[in-house]
Amino acid sequence: MENKVKLMQGNEACVEGALAAGMKFYAGYPITPSTEIAEISSLRLPRVGGKFIQMEDEIAGMAAVIGGSLAGLKSMTATSGPGFSLKQENIGYATITEIPCVIVNVQRGGPSTGLPTSPSQGDVMQAKWGTHGDHPMIALTPYSVRETFDLTIKAFNYAEKYRTPVILLLDEVIGHLREKIEIPNKEEIEIFDRVKPSCEPKDYKPYRVEENDLVPKMASFGEGYRYHVTGLVHDETGFPSNDSKIAEELVNRLVNKVEDNIEDIANYEEYMLDDADIAIVAYGATARSAKSAVNEARENGLKVGLFRPITIWPFLTKQIKELTKKVKKILVVEMNLGQYLIEVERAADKGATIYRYNKINGQLISPDEIIKKIKEDIYA
Amino acid sequence: MPSKLLQKYFRMDKLPHIWCPGCGHGIIMKSVVEAIDELGLEKDKVCIVSGIGCSSRAPGYMDFNTLHTTHGRALAFATGIKMANPELHVIVVTGDGDSAAIGGNHLIHAARRNIDITTVVFNNNIYGMTGGQYSPTTPTREKGTTAPYGNIDKNFDLCELAKASGATYTARATAYHAKMIKDLVVKGVKNKGFSFVESISICPTYYGRKNKKGESPDMMKYLKDNSINVKALNKLPKDDLKDKIVIGELYKNEEAEYTEEYQKIIEMFRQEV
Repeated sequence: MENKVKLMQGNEACVEGALAAGMKFYAGYPITPSTEIAEISSLRLPRVGGKFIQMEDEIAGMAAVIGGSLAGLKSMTATSGPGFSLKQENIGYATITEIPCVIVNVQRGGPSTGLPTSPSQGDVMQAKWGTHGDHPMIALTPYSVRETFDLTIKAFNYAEKYRTPVILLLDEVIGHLREKIEIPNKEEIEIFDRVKPSCEPKDYKPYRVEENDLVPKMASFGEGYRYHVTGLVHDETGFPSNDSKIAEELVNRLVNKVEDNIEDIANYEEYMLDDADIAIVAYGATARSAKSAVNEARENGLKVGLFRPITIWPFLTKQIKELTKKVKKILVVEMNLGQYLIEVERAADKGATIYRYNKINGQLISPDEIIKKIKEDIYA
Repeated sequence: MPSKLLQKYFRMDKLPHIWCPGCGHGIIMKSVVEAIDELGLEKDKVCIVSGIGCSSRAPGYMDFNTLHTTHGRALAFATGIKMANPELHVIVVTGDGDSAAIGGNHLIHAARRNIDITTVVFNNNIYGMTGGQYSPTTPTREKGTTAPYGNIDKNFDLCELAKASGATYTARATAYHAKMIKDLVVKGVKNKGFSFVESISICPTYYGRKNKKGESPDMMKYLKDNSINVKALNKLPKDDLKDKIVIGELYKNEEAEYTEEYQKIIEMFRQEV
């Protein structure tokens, strides 16, 4: 593909990123504000030899995506609020069975049917803890159309590398935002594909992690490695086990393959933090307002900077701790009642003061509101 | 010495199975494997998918590509597999609760699409694995642990449901008629489309005991005495058909198959990059 400059919507950039990453299967159920992802996938996939299916519900969409991935295709689904809730059981299934897939959640106001076409960042904690049991989670959150393209590719790469579902958390503003973006050349895009076994089928242990490997090697159904996949706790052969030691080892391995590699998964941006007194922590669409607020604050002589988490999960504990040692005053701005804030408070240096600005009325937080909060509450 | 069938198609180290003594599920599982043997399918090209429940433990014993999914969702997982790789022969083994209660929506939509999946329901008319609660196929007035005064729900005719939803092949047999199950599964797999084979099983442990149906042989005898072959249906007076189990091939129709139709779209609209 040539370098192309295009006016593109966030949801469209998500599909283009997925196709660039090698997506060949999409299964889902329409829900606002994520619907364009399904619509554009249905249009684009057959043109690249891929497949789209509109399933009967969100649960089926997630199930079919897992089936598609297990049969060898890079697979994705997209949803919003209520649909994300419905998908959770099968997200847990993909986690314990280590089947790579990407789930996009274009967040809208909740709970329940909530605010269908209004922005929200209310699913931050659900992205991490939506499914039951202890488990790892990788979730990424873009703040621009171009970053949506790039992070969708990254989401697929992490899914394949770590053999785990990866969540791309958009908010309605980013999903429906149109921006000019330059699509990179194919050669500039780094793609990671799952590692397949090369051993004799009789020697294949589908859940054994060989020395120097990060995850077990993954055969697709139909390739000659007949094996069993179950959502039950299983041993390295893939068969169910009630052995408490095996249960403990499995869940620890699942969690640690992500937690031990935070440096590889940690994506974030630091803006004007070098001499800052106050750091704003903001992500997604909120970070766009925060960046404007930083610029305006600087024009007024206020030393404000921005820390923008791009990787929402796993939590950037080390980076946040260092930040709170450095600036001592942090303002966490979110379109929810303080979901990321809880984690920032947990990780913060003891001497740091954490401020908050939250909004849950279905409207974007404006730069002015952030400036006002800084002037009236923090600098006062 | 185990039979050649066992050695060829079962994971010998996973047997014996967990099903209760007298359960009909082993017979149905064996019939499915006999069908695969008769069809001469390559083991690597067969994929067995189940949900959750007694029947749904069958894939663990069978030496194919096997997937034990979440409760009720086997057909949705199977749809993804079949779409991704239409070369695979996808067989879903599921229970009455799995397919008709929590998975009812997936059943009607898989049938509606006429996707080439063969579904074999191990119907024991009860929730066995959770200890005997009533299911969508427990006959009205009969008891379960959650219907201590008798179940007031109407029970589903699963084959009628599948046919009405668009399945192009529906059939029914019982654990007493093991060879017939095999024959029907063979035809179901050969049918290019959604095939539905209901296999009436027996659960002496819960359904039988709760409803005073006797031991396993009594329940098998009931299946024998109360089944009527569909071919003999017209010859019998209507009153004789009450509460009878109609067995045999119930419906067959040729229609476009889903993955083939999608392939046509790919061929028409694919662009060279």
